[in-house]
Amino acid sequence: MGRYEFLEDMVLADCAVEIEGRSLDDLFETAAAAIARLMVDPATLTITVERAISVEASELDMLLYDWLSEMIFLKDRDSQVFPHARVRVTGNGPYRLAADVHGGTIEPGRTALGADPKAVTLHQFALEPVDGGWRARVVIDI
Amino acid sequence: MLVPARLYASGPLLEQMDDGVFEQVTNVACLPGIVRASLCMPDGHWGYGFPIGGVAAFRADSGVISPGGIGFDINCGMRLIRTDLREDEVRPRLQEVIAALFGSVPAGVGAKGFVRLSGSEFKKVMVEGAGWCVARGYAWPEDLAHIEGRGCLPGADPEQVSARALERGTEQLGTLGSGNHYLEIQVVRPGAIHDERTARVLGVDGPGQVFVMLHCGSRGFGHQVGTDYLKVFDRAMPQYGLSVRDRELACAPFRSKEGQAYFGAMIAAANTAFANRQVITHRIREVFSRVFGRDARALGLSVVYDVCHNTAKLERHVVDGREAELVVHRKGATRAFGPGEPDVPAAYREIGQPVIIGGSMETGSALLVGTARAMAETWGSTAHGAGRTMSRAQAKRRVSGESLITDMEQRGIIVRAASQSGVAEEAGFAYKDLTAVVDTLHRLDISRRVVSLAPIGNIKG
Repeated sequence: MGRYEFLEDMVLADCAVEIEGRSLDDLFETAAAAIARLMVDPATLTITVERAISVEASELDMLLYDWLSEMIFLKDRDSQVFPHARVRVTGNGPYRLAADVHGGTIEPGRTALGADPKAVTLHQFALEPVDGGWRARVVIDI
Repeated sequence: MLVPARLYASGPLLEQMDDGVFEQVTNVACLPGIVRASLCMPDGHWGYGFPIGGVAAFRADSGVISPGGIGFDINCGMRLIRTDLREDEVRPRLQEVIAALFGSVPAGVGAKGFVRLSGSEFKKVMVEGAGWCVARGYAWPEDLAHIEGRGCLPGADPEQVSARALERGTEQLGTLGSGNHYLEIQVVRPGAIHDERTARVLGVDGPGQVFVMLHCGSRGFGHQVGTDYLKVFDRAMPQYGLSVRDRELACAPFRSKEGQAYFGAMIAAANTAFANRQVITHRIREVFSRVFGRDARALGLSVVYDVCHNTAKLERHVVDGREAELVVHRKGATRAFGPGEPDVPAAYREIGQPVIIGGSMETGSALLVGTARAMAETWGSTAHGAGRTMSRAQAKRRVSGESLITDMEQRGIIVRAASQSGVAEEAGFAYKDLTAVVDTLHRLDISRRVVSLAPIGNIKG
């Protein structure tokens, strides 16, 4: 997996995260881990749920926007968080993402809760190729 | 810039504003159709798109609407409920009250409410807002008169709401959320009433009286509406020849297909937020009635007021001496209509619209009223809170949630939270001095201070 870092002092009320991956697939997998970490302590989540997710977008950066938005959506609809993902990104506009994600249902009293993300913003949103892979910067409204 | 940027602040508050405020208020001043000025209130801080504390009005016939000027938490707002209870009656049972409220009002990541809605029933909530709660037994009929827009803004269009938004929000009615959202028990301290006559009109009897304050919004439903339409507007801008300095300011002409669709969906979310705060009010009344063994009416648990601070509303204001229809965006800013305005409830028309400003969970909150000066200068708008001065991470580096809860308990404030780290993020030192913000609003006469409220119990997500 790549690396992610919460840019702790970049925004006051929200959460900024920088994500790096050796490949696009790696970056998207790392992004899922980052947003899961924002929501819960993954060590307190029982990994019992597996599901397949597909996302399509006309632009590559909006594929990342939709992918992270899907994670937030599942947190609210199903009370589920997915720290682990195997992702395959294909296409050249439109771009397609197929993922197998692994996670668990939030258990009150057992799962250590973090922030409750509302949405992915487009404020300073960026996804770009860099030496040795890809890098993204995302501000999440919490 | 098409208009000037104008910040309302004292010298010290201006010093505390981060650079992002100045950049963002400038970006807003470049949006098409903006009228008079891009405004920022004294609690302003760096947000996304608009600054938090941002206010901007656009001509309905030639201006734009921007989801980034409202925020994802559509109709995030404040509600204040009075009681006839005194602190000496509540204090001995405070732990019990807080525990019961924590059990009755779900908070934190992934929380579900007790109300179960079919798709068609949810659409009624979107159109009827808090009014939907009356027939279901979650509201007293008289509550509606004390809610901005009677808890039901016109123009909701459920057909413009995505299936995903419905799925995301359908089980969340009656939930508090997380972040800076809270449910707080507060008390009037001696010397905290700044205007006794106005305070009496607002149901404030005197020192020792207990109040309940609520801060939350439209939950995942509104967040999804914002997410859906941010993408719609991001794609639509080129066809209208629009470009923005921050992509989060994506916008469309208000009268365009996209602008009208978003407005209909956004109002649907705003009405759902009114219903959310109303359902929570119902739970609060149930808890107080159970703990104190008296009917909620006998305990005097009536709504003082409920006010939005994340909306865009169609309003008529005077521009260059003539009345004009404007789309007034308030993002982290409260409506503050002055005395005599027809939209102010009859009971308050003489004093001006109540303004509820939430401070931090340690330092308290304030009740003010709107002014004629606000109508003339700020489209009838004022601040919404103390405003952060410190990032969430900085706050967590200075204190842990556990130690803060212990410390606050020693100071007589009982806290129950779904997330310990969330408590640390909301520590009092992470916010500006609320008194300085309220004094500034009062001195600038864009709202008038009435009473300060001190916390004795707090529930957080």
